[in-house]
Amino acid sequence: MRLVVDLNKCQGYAQCAFLAPDVFAMHGEESLVYNPHAPEEQRERLARAVAACPVQAITADGLDGAGEQGTGSAQEARDAR
Amino acid sequence: MPADHVDWLRREGRIVIVGASLAGLRAAETLRAEGFAGELTLIGDEPYEPYDRPPLSKSVLLGKASPHRTELPHRREIDAKWRLGVAATGLDLSAKRVKLADGDEVEYDRLLIATGVRARPWLKADEARLDGVCLLRTRDDAADLYQRLKAGPRRVFVIGAGFAGSEVASACREMGVPVTVAERAGAPLVGALGGVIGAVAADLQTENGVDLRPHVTVTSLEGDPVGRVRAVHLSDESVVEVDVVVVSLGSVRNTDWLTGSGLGAGPRGIACDAGCRAFDFRGIVTDDVFVAGDVARSPHALFGYQFLSLEHWGNAVAQAETAAHNMICHGADRRPHLWMPAFWSSMFGVNIKSVGVPPMGDQLMITQGSLAERRFVGVYGYQGRVIAAVSFDNTRWLEFYARQIERGAPFPVEFPTMDRRPEGRQPVAADFPDPSLPTHGPTVTLTGYSPADQQLVFHPARH
Repeated sequence: MRLVVDLNKCQGYAQCAFLAPDVFAMHGEESLVYNPHAPEEQRERLARAVAACPVQAITADGLDGAGEQGTGSAQEARDAR
Repeated sequence: MPADHVDWLRREGRIVIVGASLAGLRAAETLRAEGFAGELTLIGDEPYEPYDRPPLSKSVLLGKASPHRTELPHRREIDAKWRLGVAATGLDLSAKRVKLADGDEVEYDRLLIATGVRARPWLKADEARLDGVCLLRTRDDAADLYQRLKAGPRRVFVIGAGFAGSEVASACREMGVPVTVAERAGAPLVGALGGVIGAVAADLQTENGVDLRPHVTVTSLEGDPVGRVRAVHLSDESVVEVDVVVVSLGSVRNTDWLTGSGLGAGPRGIACDAGCRAFDFRGIVTDDVFVAGDVARSPHALFGYQFLSLEHWGNAVAQAETAAHNMICHGADRRPHLWMPAFWSSMFGVNIKSVGVPPMGDQLMITQGSLAERRFVGVYGYQGRVIAAVSFDNTRWLEFYARQIERGAPFPVEFPTMDRRPEGRQPVAADFPDPSLPTHGPTVTLTGYSPADQQLVFHPARH
């Protein structure tokens, strides 16, 4: 599952780091580091983190079972070359 | 142009996006979200589908993310034809064709240019080719640099203390790798945030064990007999022995491929109107060519209609969305791109964020916290109004200051705050270097007319 955090929006509430500590971590007082490629077994935790972010800064695909989308376009990209 | 041209375009037109990164992807998604049903082609010179770059100098170098897995999530299915791993090499405006490096040509009805920037390489090509001399812009760059840092080099040398260079230095220290940073100006981040904040950044670096060398330039890189870099020679005649050199001298806009196309493109980017429509070299707005992201420069009403060229993640997203919207709607429904500039960085455990355009400011007030604690908000003033703000570990205030900038709030700021320290009562000079002198790594470039861009010979009318 791919994800990206809009760090302009992020205000360091750390809800994500609390709900999905294997994906998100605070680095210092306020800065967030995250793994943009979350493993499949983190699906549920990631979904909770996305929902809990007070500023809705996290975008992830593949959370609602539509996870083949990203992989699909990767395949397409290879085919089109 | 017939009134139904836009309806036709939305139904069965061909839209080509050159540049398959953040801006290109978000534009493609917006086109589909707003009902574009025609043919969509994305062209990218890298063989990878759109990936995110900010993690490359942070999470990736800290070993918390793989450089190969930062692909951007898709917001929706875009049903596009991807031409990846092939660069655009030319543009024929009258035939409406993009030329590709493999000899192919792609026709368009509307074109979006989002080719972004690339890292500025070390100026001496033979030295730049030495093994161990690195850049950090692409995911291949990040993978290479991460491997080299992990191998435990004797010392890393970073040329240029802008945001990228400082983030690399931070990652080195966190990995326990000795690092030297050379900066032409007096402190890190000076070009982006001025000398007062730069001094804080300098303390941050030296206290974390960075060997910081301000006021020097690198004169040459020395290789060993098998072509590996082994030493860096500086303008103060000192020599530093190293295994890795990271060239962090800012970026170059990817406009070379537009040479001779007739578009208003040059080293400072591609000029466009506030609706993202590109200008041609005569300053006339084009109808079918749009621009978004780092490569664009567009006028902004809040900042004196300066043509701003913003290398900001959020700008790439917002400008792509506006450009895509404007590409497929009737004139009266078009929107201007008037995004509040904002960026972030993170180094040595400190979260640095900014809103507005700090380099336009001439004065600075610390309104929250204190410089000594490295937890503060600094507000920049320009001609009696608030023009920008920067925070070190104080991000929640920035939204407030963004609103202040939008409404042209007076400077010096007048409102009392909870924790105003004595240092904040009076504005001080923000201490930006002379803009005519180069500094490394500003993320905002104020791009007025450059004599270097000259493409016309001016003949005054005879009366």
